[in-house]
Amino acid sequence: MTATSRRIVLRALVLWGGLALLLVLPPAAALADQPFYLTLVTRMLIFAIAALSLDLILGYGAMVSFGHAAYLGVGAYAVGILAYHGVNAAWIQWPVAIVASALVAALIGLVSLRTSGVYFIMITLAFAQMLYFLGISLKIYGGDDGLTINARTDFGGVIDLASNVVLYYLVLAVLLGFLLLGQRLIASRFGMVIRGAKSNERRMRALGFPTVRYRLVAFVIAGTMCGVAGVLLANLTNFTSPAYMHWTRSGELMVMVILGGMGSLIGPIFGAFALLALEEVLSSYTQHWQFILGPVLILIVLFAKRGIYGLLGAARESAAAGPPAAGPPHG
Amino acid sequence: MVIDPQLLAFQALNGLQLGVMLFLMAAGLTLVFGIMNLINLAHGSLYMVGAYFAATLQGWSGSFVLAALLAIPATLVLGVAVELVVLRTLYDRDHLDQVLATFGLILFFNEAVRIVWGPSALFMTTPDFLSGQVALPFGIIYPSYRFAIIAVGLAVALFLYGLISHTRVGMLIRAGASNRAMVGALGVDVKFLYTAVFALGTALAGIAGLMAGPILSVESGMGEPILILTFVVIVIGGIGSIRGAFMGALLIGVVDTLGRSFLPGLLRATFNPQVANAAGPALASMLIYILMALVLAFRPQGLFPARAA
Repeated sequence: MTATSRRIVLRALVLWGGLALLLVLPPAAALADQPFYLTLVTRMLIFAIAALSLDLILGYGAMVSFGHAAYLGVGAYAVGILAYHGVNAAWIQWPVAIVASALVAALIGLVSLRTSGVYFIMITLAFAQMLYFLGISLKIYGGDDGLTINARTDFGGVIDLASNVVLYYLVLAVLLGFLLLGQRLIASRFGMVIRGAKSNERRMRALGFPTVRYRLVAFVIAGTMCGVAGVLLANLTNFTSPAYMHWTRSGELMVMVILGGMGSLIGPIFGAFALLALEEVLSSYTQHWQFILGPVLILIVLFAKRGIYGLLGAARESAAAGPPAAGPPHG
Repeated sequence: MVIDPQLLAFQALNGLQLGVMLFLMAAGLTLVFGIMNLINLAHGSLYMVGAYFAATLQGWSGSFVLAALLAIPATLVLGVAVELVVLRTLYDRDHLDQVLATFGLILFFNEAVRIVWGPSALFMTTPDFLSGQVALPFGIIYPSYRFAIIAVGLAVALFLYGLISHTRVGMLIRAGASNRAMVGALGVDVKFLYTAVFALGTALAGIAGLMAGPILSVESGMGEPILILTFVVIVIGGIGSIRGAFMGALLIGVVDTLGRSFLPGLLRATFNPQVANAAGPALASMLIYILMALVLAFRPQGLFPARAA
């Protein structure tokens, strides 16, 4: 067996084995009487959704959005505010959250995509910060302290989210659905345009593609997916707060994408699991775990750019297309 | 609603004071970006460490002046060390790598100060000779210390203008900003130039941290709010431009301060109180970001771009 085919087998083993583990986790956690792990892995899966959505624009479109956590907050606040006013029905909460995060992404994208490079990074950061301060100033919805949600989304008896196990499987289903959707999107003509604009914007424009419009659509899709992650996060924690939108959260999402392997969609899922597991382990040893995590991040950026998924020999989008520019190149 | 002119003048001075603080930060950040093409998120951490150094030294010596004389060089040394160990390897990396690595630096520094100085905030006192108030024309009374901040900020701006426009070092800095490779090819020690520019930026952040000490609490994470405001300043002013940083900083400082103090009142005068009470603070805190969006919509390269496109 050649090295390449061994790698392919190894990768298939890791992926299908990982999926099998995820499927049997709830009964296993129940048997071992460790409900904590069910909550932890649900959290990991939710952040995997958010990281995957960021990878769509970061890995494939070279849009370095430093404000992606804003949509987590929009989704979570949509659930929180509706629940505060006594609306728990899924058929209202979900569409409102989806439309709200799409709208916010469209507005942010409209302004930020006018710029490129480091401007794009700073502007997405500043907009997320603006929403963070908006959350703090919403005194009737808890302001700085956040808003407790007294009931999870009500699916009218079809799915009972009050059970943590049901919520877990819903989150897993959403993640797998978004993964498939993302892969279809990347392989489609639309995805080709986005990737083409990443490697040579001017040529794509010369071919007649309105690249900014394509980017905006990708930006909105990614924001909406992350909004759904926010809905799930609010359901998991029964809580929403401005902290979901804090800029360090956006930074963590970027770290997850890089750690797992940018431009692979599956990689960021590994990244989310790895980062949250690392945080969990470090914080059990010392309260100063960020003192260790910071330098670890620097080392990863300097020496392990291909990420965990890259170690498994997966072909990476940016390996073929050269190093990503920060933000859409201007032209 | 009638706006009290004295209050307006007082708040305008506060805005100016915030503006010059932002300028101290923005000047360093924009120089480092303009010349090394490095986006340094840890700039706010240097500001924080500068404030911690100053607070500690003042605590030991009891003298603000002595603290200032020692804290700024100490911050500078730390900044140069960070440049030599980490940032130097990032100059040729893309912006994404720079953002992530300097994000790691922020986590490191925020936790490091908690380990060294403990979790609770430190407080600095204003020096005795600045603890009074100054009487300005038209019966405006303003705290001397805040007035001193404005004076220091304007003096630094003047110094930077002289340095960059009229000295050989400044010429190299300008040359480096427009074509780094060419400056290197002409025989200038570019590595040394980079370190020197970074040291200058660090010293400015250290001054900002020192001056902020007596008016804010010195605590872990204090660097990030001002860092993000600084980003807004540079984006509005035009990245790489000192003049843009100055104008942008004053604009943001004044708009933010006046917005927070008068916008809720103005809204109350126009809308019903319930709406105004809810929307006023929210709108005031979003004002500068809306301003930034407007500037970008009409001038994506900022108001004073460093280079003509």
